[in-house]
Amino acid sequence: MPALFPESASTMAPRVDALYFFLIAVAVFFSVLIAGLIVYFAVRYRRRTPEGVGVNIHGGLLLEIAWTVIPALIAAVIFVWGASVFFAMSRPPDETLNIYVVGKQWMWKFQHLDGQREINELHVPVGRAVKLIMTSEDVIHDVFVPAFRVKADVLPGRYTNIWFQATKPGRYHLFCAEYCGTRHSGMIGEVIVMEPSEYEAWLSGSRVEGSLASTGEKLFQDLACITCHRADTQGRGPVLQGLFGKTVQLQGGETVVADEAYIRESILHPAAKITAGYQPIMPTFQGLISEEQLLELVEYVKSLNTQQSPAK
Amino acid sequence: MAEIVHPSPAPFDSAQGRLAHQFDNLEQQKEASTLGMWVFLTTEVLFFGGLFVTYCIYRLWYPAAFAAGSREMLIWAGATNTAVLITSSLTMALAVHAAQTGNRRLLMSFLIVTMLLGCVFLGIKAFEYHTEFAEHHVPGAAFEFQPQALRQNAQLFFSLYFVMTGLHALHMIIGLGLMSFMLWWAWNGTITKEYYNPIEVSGLYWHFVDIVWIFLFPLLYLIGRHV
Amino acid sequence: MRTLVLPPHHYLNDGYGIKSWLLTRDHKRIALLYLAAITFFFFLGGSFAVLIRLELVTPPGDLVSDETYNKLFTMHGVIMVFFFLIPSIPSTLGNFLVPLMIGAKDLAFPKLNLASWYIYVLGGLFTIYALVSGGVDTGWTFYTPYSTVSSTTSVIPAAMGIFITGFSSILTGLNFIVTIHRMRAPGMTWFRMPLFLWSIYATSLIMVLGTPVLAITMLLVAAERVLHFGFFDPALGGDPVLFQHLFWFYSHPAVYIMVLPSMGVVSEIVAAFCRKQIFGYKFVAFASMAIAVLGFLVWGHHLYVAGESVYAAMIFSALSFMVAIPSAVKVFNWTATMYKGSISWKTPMLYAMGFIGLFTIGGLTGLFIAAVGFDVHVTDTYFIIAHFHYIMVGGALMGYLGGLHYWWPKISGRLYPEPLAKLSAGIIFLGFNLTFFPQFILGYLGMPRRYHAYPPEFQVLNVLSSAGASILGVGYLIPMAYLMWSLRYGQIAGANPWGASGLEWTTTSPPPTENFVRTPIVTEEPYTYPIRAEAHLG
Repeated sequence: MPALFPESASTMAPRVDALYFFLIAVAVFFSVLIAGLIVYFAVRYRRRTPEGVGVNIHGGLLLEIAWTVIPALIAAVIFVWGASVFFAMSRPPDETLNIYVVGKQWMWKFQHLDGQREINELHVPVGRAVKLIMTSEDVIHDVFVPAFRVKADVLPGRYTNIWFQATKPGRYHLFCAEYCGTRHSGMIGEVIVMEPSEYEAWLSGSRVEGSLASTGEKLFQDLACITCHRADTQGRGPVLQGLFGKTVQLQGGETVVADEAYIRESILHPAAKITAGYQPIMPTFQGLISEEQLLELVEYVKSLNTQQSPAK
Repeated sequence: MAEIVHPSPAPFDSAQGRLAHQFDNLEQQKEASTLGMWVFLTTEVLFFGGLFVTYCIYRLWYPAAFAAGSREMLIWAGATNTAVLITSSLTMALAVHAAQTGNRRLLMSFLIVTMLLGCVFLGIKAFEYHTEFAEHHVPGAAFEFQPQALRQNAQLFFSLYFVMTGLHALHMIIGLGLMSFMLWWAWNGTITKEYYNPIEVSGLYWHFVDIVWIFLFPLLYLIGRHV
Repeated sequence: MRTLVLPPHHYLNDGYGIKSWLLTRDHKRIALLYLAAITFFFFLGGSFAVLIRLELVTPPGDLVSDETYNKLFTMHGVIMVFFFLIPSIPSTLGNFLVPLMIGAKDLAFPKLNLASWYIYVLGGLFTIYALVSGGVDTGWTFYTPYSTVSSTTSVIPAAMGIFITGFSSILTGLNFIVTIHRMRAPGMTWFRMPLFLWSIYATSLIMVLGTPVLAITMLLVAAERVLHFGFFDPALGGDPVLFQHLFWFYSHPAVYIMVLPSMGVVSEIVAAFCRKQIFGYKFVAFASMAIAVLGFLVWGHHLYVAGESVYAAMIFSALSFMVAIPSAVKVFNWTATMYKGSISWKTPMLYAMGFIGLFTIGGLTGLFIAAVGFDVHVTDTYFIIAHFHYIMVGGALMGYLGGLHYWWPKISGRLYPEPLAKLSAGIIFLGFNLTFFPQFILGYLGMPRRYHAYPPEFQVLNVLSSAGASILGVGYLIPMAYLMWSLRYGQIAGANPWGASGLEWTTTSPPPTENFVRTPIVTEEPYTYPIRAEAHLG
């Protein structure tokens, strides 16, 4: 018996399915109504003689209003319902387990914060909100997990994110859902949802070179960022301790929140947003640094929020 | 069985001779032709519009680079070209008036002046392109720009500059072709006091090309000039 | 009962030889030039669909390579959208009928009309060149940066082919707008126009306003690919999502270019084959205009998961629900027209009824995907493919076939064989549903689109779909055959074989080159039954 309905393995899935069932009900109702009326009228009023003509009824204002207003009301209900589901999809909870995703033709690279790396397979714990922070190294891709009812495009030059909370252990398809070239249909993987204890075991059992933040710290020193971004205010660049999540005052008077995208942009296009009170002298690292290295640096900067001073 | 009835031929009339078979009278033909040109110009607004939207978005995102790129423009060339085009629209309007009053010599003179002004515009534009090429401001491998920090987005500015002014120049060249045609019709007597709609409609096209430039000039040349 | 004969002089025998066709100014001959060209492209694009469905019978990609498969679905989309659906009804039935329905001798600009055909052919040649020089593999949507930076296929010729053909669309729309504004017969006010003309007018507005944006977008793609300008490439400071906004700004209204004319055809067929006034004529007319206007405001619903803001998604979602309402109004009005009609079950009416049913299903699934929370799950899956094929194939194409059958006697002077035509309509209806209904289920299950190979649990539904496609293919071949056959052997139709009202039925079948012997004068509203005998010949 082939599957006719996808598995429901996230907190979001039942909400999407409920909307789906309502939509099916509305669609079946109107389809059957129209099809039924057409067939009934076609039979009941079939032309009896070659010269037969119909009864001229120009229209009825009441009917026109009725079949404009009622569909509009139904549409409004669907809109609000769909919007509320979407808001929930777009707002991750405050506490999430963050995992970085780098898509490239034609594979997925997953980076756990503690340094575990996976290719095309993503291990996550059940019952915890997981946020995927994603970017592409080349063209537009898309992360799609049907069982979670979650999907978002993965863009080059930007971070996008999705979140989910898995409700059932198991292995679920992960598809690339934005056409990306030759092996687009081969760019598939699996999300492996585990009980918390198994997940911990998997985490500690994986080969690890260092957490993303610690690898990022090494890179920070290797690339000599430390020369200008010092922990005191003597540096030629802004202080990064405590920066992440703060609102930054820019030169033109605008403000921006220092999130992952801001950090990434500042490394690649430093002239785009100059912090007020500083000179636009930072060199660009575009072409000199990979997406994975970028997210290591992002995680390192994040880690500076909890430290008093940078680790030696 | 129905017979085909051919209307008996009317006495020859140069204006009527211009009446196309699908129209009932010259008035209908004139209105159709004018409406057709307005619809076509609307499509051109949408065509350039896509470019303008792209420009506006990138300018919003990269104000410093766009201002820096704009400062590299030869403002005297742009300003002169603006004056040249506005004047050519004046001479075009005078050409239309000459056609309406049946003044063949004046019509031809104004058409020629309009075309000359158009050529002046294109000449100045060519000079600008040459300068930009010499200064390595043509996007591509040889593109150079100071300060380095703004280079990438300034290249975007110049890409838009060349596409927008290039497309405009192409429309100017087509306009010159159209005017040549009108000149020939003015010369061989096709245009008369009764039949001058082609001049009007060509005038509409010419004015449109002028208006596009009126938008291009401040957007490309005048950013950050007050700074 | 007198024997019907063809009129001695009509547009088909008014001049013989290839020059009289290739240099014609007659809108009716130009319509047939278009008919030949779009039929060619239909079967070309259709053959790619056959290969796609053959490949998808088995889970692994074992029929063609992945590169080839990507080219197949790209070319299928490009050809079907730009070279079949967009021009189909406007350039064939529209060109043929607009002057006839309006009581004019020709369109406002006959030479421009011929030029439009040549432009279409030139664009087609560029696309065929793209095909034979290796094909294109970007998808018909040409998303950047894949199309501008990554793809190694013939992107520029294909983009140029689309760019060029766009002008054919723009000029056709321009011609119709001016004709409808300025060349209506005496007495034909706007509200005495047949609804087909309202649909063509609304369609023409979209063609004229939307296509130029596609043109500039394709030009920028070519500039980026050749000159590395960087508008859409993040590595050069550009934004790939900007491409999507520009692309869909045209391509969403484009779907209304594809379906509005079909709706106009359905109005004509329903009125003629129920022999009564369309219920709510003014509402149907205004609904066409509302669809054209609202259709320009919803393009962002293609970008819900593409990186547009949450608030933009909300606004586009609300507008997308609004655009569904006028379509619903039309469906209700057509159905209400059938009440107390005198309903003939001839083939055109079968196609019209099929349209109404299938368009309803397709349109209702449009409500599904307008809902953002639902669309997140099904966008870029087979659900979307099923949705738009229900509208384009179950709707627009069936409307086109219905119109072709309805006006075939007027175009050719002859009747098609009715029993065979009914059979084909039935085969098409069944084949269509078998092909595309399983795809809704596949999409919700999670099968992404543009997939060359798929997980084994999706196989059964794919097999059903491919089986349906084979039936559908046969269904399309049969009318091709009998319509050609009827040109020589079909029963002579006479001026008005359906007993329908409408100016086109008051002249001979086929019509004379100048359409009418005397300029008609219109004194009554359309769809007046019984028709006045003296207004009609033979």
